[in-house]
Amino acid sequence: MSKKWDYKNVNAKNIPRGAVIPEAGTADEYETGGWRTKHPEVDKDKCIDCLFCYMYCPDSAVITKDGKLVGFDLKHCKGCGICAVECKKDAIKMENG
Amino acid sequence: MSTVKAITGDAAVAEAMRSIEPDVVGVYPITPQTIIVEAYAEYVARGEVQTEFIPAESEHSAISICVGAAAAGARTMTCTSSQGLALMWEVLPIASGMRLPIVMFDVNRAISAPINIHCDHSDTMGARDTGWIQIYSENAQEAYDNFIQAVRIAEHPDVQLPTMVMMDGFVISHAIQRVEVLDDAVVKKFVGERKADYPLLDMDNPVTWGSFDGLGGWFMEFKKDQMQAIENAKRVSLEVAKDYAKISGREYGLFESYKMDDAEYAVIVINSTAGTAKTVVDTLRDRGVKAGLIKIRMYRPFPASEIVEALKNCKAVAVMDRVPGYVDIGGPLFEDVQVACYQEGVNVPLVNYIYGLGGRDILTSHIESVYSDLEKIAKTGKVATPVTYLGIKE
Repeated sequence: MSKKWDYKNVNAKNIPRGAVIPEAGTADEYETGGWRTKHPEVDKDKCIDCLFCYMYCPDSAVITKDGKLVGFDLKHCKGCGICAVECKKDAIKMENG
Repeated sequence: MSTVKAITGDAAVAEAMRSIEPDVVGVYPITPQTIIVEAYAEYVARGEVQTEFIPAESEHSAISICVGAAAAGARTMTCTSSQGLALMWEVLPIASGMRLPIVMFDVNRAISAPINIHCDHSDTMGARDTGWIQIYSENAQEAYDNFIQAVRIAEHPDVQLPTMVMMDGFVISHAIQRVEVLDDAVVKKFVGERKADYPLLDMDNPVTWGSFDGLGGWFMEFKKDQMQAIENAKRVSLEVAKDYAKISGREYGLFESYKMDDAEYAVIVINSTAGTAKTVVDTLRDRGVKAGLIKIRMYRPFPASEIVEALKNCKAVAVMDRVPGYVDIGGPLFEDVQVACYQEGVNVPLVNYIYGLGGRDILTSHIESVYSDLEKIAKTGKVATPVTYLGIKE
């Protein structure tokens, strides 16, 4: 949640000049997961943790730990399927939901 | 202290830029503005200014560079003309919407087709409603003075809007005139340092610029706020003019009223033709004709009620547009003056002249014919031809 800017209480008088949002990284609060019709699922038996999916994901929604793929951030994953297409080991499948 | 120099209009603008010494200049050359950027590139090469000078690959890039630099907190300038301004168009409302006080000089030139490098006002009249402040200049001295003042107007806390300053192509930009140039130190003290609201390079207070504002957002509130800001520019420009008079001895209003106090017949004009028209006013006054002239300086925001106040006692008024209106109700300045008169309930007969397109000469005889038309209109009280193309080859 924003610390400096409560957008629900903005009005015509207190709008920041030039449509500036007086803090950075606010895209994190924009939950694009609601756009999704399909979500990625990984088969860790096939996955070699090359992290191509991580590099290609346009929403930074591939979660890694210690250099290994551990899951997907479904609040931000739009279900575009780029990870599944780019996976060299055919380890990611797009499933409904 | 100031120095009197014999220089072209372009050189006068370059002098002003050198004294202001903006942080960033993003430019692309185009006739008849090229001399300004060439001169400025020389100042940079000689180490006379510390400006980050970025020659872009197009005007679209030049103005985009300015947007980025101004958002970063830099005092930013550019220059252009004609097709160059047309190519910048997409970015102009972005600069004003983001409230970036970029200062631009545009040397007025016709828009193609047919190709024509000479003066008319089609370029900046096409950009009149992009949220930029527009200030027009009769001669090199005014171009110099307006450009320096534009920095203070644009960056004023109550305004924070981009500003374009204009003069006529070739007849002013390339003609050598007498110009009083202020000392660099005097200009630097006058413009001061830019204080940006949300500088992008302030790493301790990171912000988001250029975010999306959709259906549930505040788009209309932003636009209303912007409207108020540009209206504030009227008051601010007069305050800045008072300060500028202290260092230069020259004070400017929203427009110049020339022999308007008891005028019965008035012409409203923009830029260099005002000089020609003043000569005609003097000649007519010698003959006992009560002629007057209004020369627009600030066109956006438009000083509507102030202009109506100046012309309300006239018997007839001619508005001269140096741009083809493409509508049979006349050019943009004519429309603005008509609307202003209607809103104020002033019913002076108004007539429009389209003149000087593509650098076509405007002679004293042409302007005398306009005043003579006004005398006829005043006698009959009727405007038979609302819009006339002046000096057409028959």
